[in-house]
Amino acid sequence: MDAIRVLIAKPGLDGHDRGAKVIARALRDAGMEVIYTGLRQTPEMIAEAALQEDVQVVGLSILSGAHLALVPRVREVMDAHGLNDVPLLVGGIIPDSDIASLKAMGVAGVFGPGTNTEDIIQHIRHLVPAA
Amino acid sequence: MIEIVPALLAGDRRALARLLTRIENESPGAAEALAALYPHTGRAHIIGVTGSPGTGKSSLVNAIAQAYRAQGKTVGIICVDPTSPFTGGAILGDRIRMRDLAGDAGVFIRSMATRGSLGGLSRTARDAVRALDAAGFDVILIETVGAGQSEVDIVRAAQTTLVVDAPGMGDDVQAIKAGILEIADVLVVNKADRPGVDNTVRALRTMIETGHPVRRGQMTTHHGQVMHLEADPLPPVDDSMWIPPILRTVAPEGQGIPEVLAAVKQHRDYLDQGNHRHQLERHQVEFELLTRLEAALMARFLGALPPQAMTELVDRVRARELDPAAAVEALLKLPKS
Ligand SMILES: Nc1nc2c(ncn2[C@@H]2O[C@H](COP(=O)(O)OP(=O)(O)OP(=O)(O)O)[C@@H](O)[C@H]2O)c(=O)[nH]1
Ligand SMILES: [Mg+2]
Repeated sequence: MDAIRVLIAKPGLDGHDRGAKVIARALRDAGMEVIYTGLRQTPEMIAEAALQEDVQVVGLSILSGAHLALVPRVREVMDAHGLNDVPLLVGGIIPDSDIASLKAMGVAGVFGPGTNTEDIIQHIRHLVPAA
Repeated sequence: MIEIVPALLAGDRRALARLLTRIENESPGAAEALAALYPHTGRAHIIGVTGSPGTGKSSLVNAIAQAYRAQGKTVGIICVDPTSPFTGGAILGDRIRMRDLAGDAGVFIRSMATRGSLGGLSRTARDAVRALDAAGFDVILIETVGAGQSEVDIVRAAQTTLVVDAPGMGDDVQAIKAGILEIADVLVVNKADRPGVDNTVRALRTMIETGHPVRRGQMTTHHGQVMHLEADPLPPVDDSMWIPPILRTVAPEGQGIPEVLAAVKQHRDYLDQGNHRHQLERHQVEFELLTRLEAALMARFLGALPPQAMTELVDRVRARELDPAAAVEALLKLPKS
């Protein structure tokens, strides 16, 4: 069975990862293989882990409010690593007013506070072409 | 998939990552690529790192990899974590302890889940090690939780196996099962900054001294059964036995790591004396061929069974019309398609 592989990463400086862990567990319970890399990941670390682990999706959890600065940087470094085809999802404290800007930066899905994890699972299944 | 072989050999990391996925998925094309890579393997020193959950294996792998990098050696790492038997998913979190290795082009880390089958994992992990070996990494570290037979089978692919224990892991003697101690070339008591470390070291020493020494590779367990492999045609040139040293480390501080590298080097030198390496490799290859043959025969046999044959026999065994041994005899006698 080919499991869907997802990287869940926390870029930026905010210091707790409860939300990221909740998502990681929900994805595992949905039968996915979740690579979790811990706090304070630089865009370079995220792109490198995504490449080595050959994940099909990268999910960023950002609570610091720095998403408009961090996300384009992660996308850029991933593209520079040849990962243009790997979709990026963003979750955390994201105001609705920023969703359009994030999507314009190439983000394939934005999940704000109160998102049902089932929606994220469905979204990932939809993004990953059946092997 | 075969077309990525030149890129992989030239050091293309994406090509390597892609092949590892194909190997894990047992996808078409992986076997051809592995066949093309096989002549390029056999250079790396392969080190297994196993032990109970939370003993500090990932922290040790991180520290050991850094120490090899300081010597200018490149390092490939495979971290195996269990798949949830209920959902088929897994959380692979070993990279959390390996952030010191980020940004180093001389390191490649790959996380693998155990997935379904027992024999399947040791097969795919071995192939993953070969892909890293062909990609040119000087040292390959494989981390597995020392929980069951399939994990033990994985580290059997290693030339040097580190078994990691730590104080405070519950009953010290229980923490490391006899079967896992038997495969240790180096015993590492990590978390040596914690109280109780002397007790852990003492317990391990007693276990080693009272254990029945088994010449490594002479005997091997296969799915829990002890299997005696065919005798080596060459007489042993050097009969000396390797006694696993017990080393103390504090992995996050790098304490004791030079000693671990020195012990690995000594074990490597030991393998190069007499015909130890020759014997180890011969037994590893024979074990792998038998495991693969078993899987291939099983797949072929089951694929050729008439439909319903298995279900009918299961029902008859349940109904006490046949005993299990007779049912297997009946399966073997069925006409194959
Ligand atoms: N005090 C102390 N803590 C340590 C040491 N080595 C590791 N740890 C801590 O022990 C915990 C587990 O370490 P890991 O390296 O993740 O252990 P592991 O054996 O890889 O764990 P699993 O992969 O989950 O089985 C972490 O919180 C580490 O920071 C050590 O030498 N001393
Ligand atoms: Mg670990």
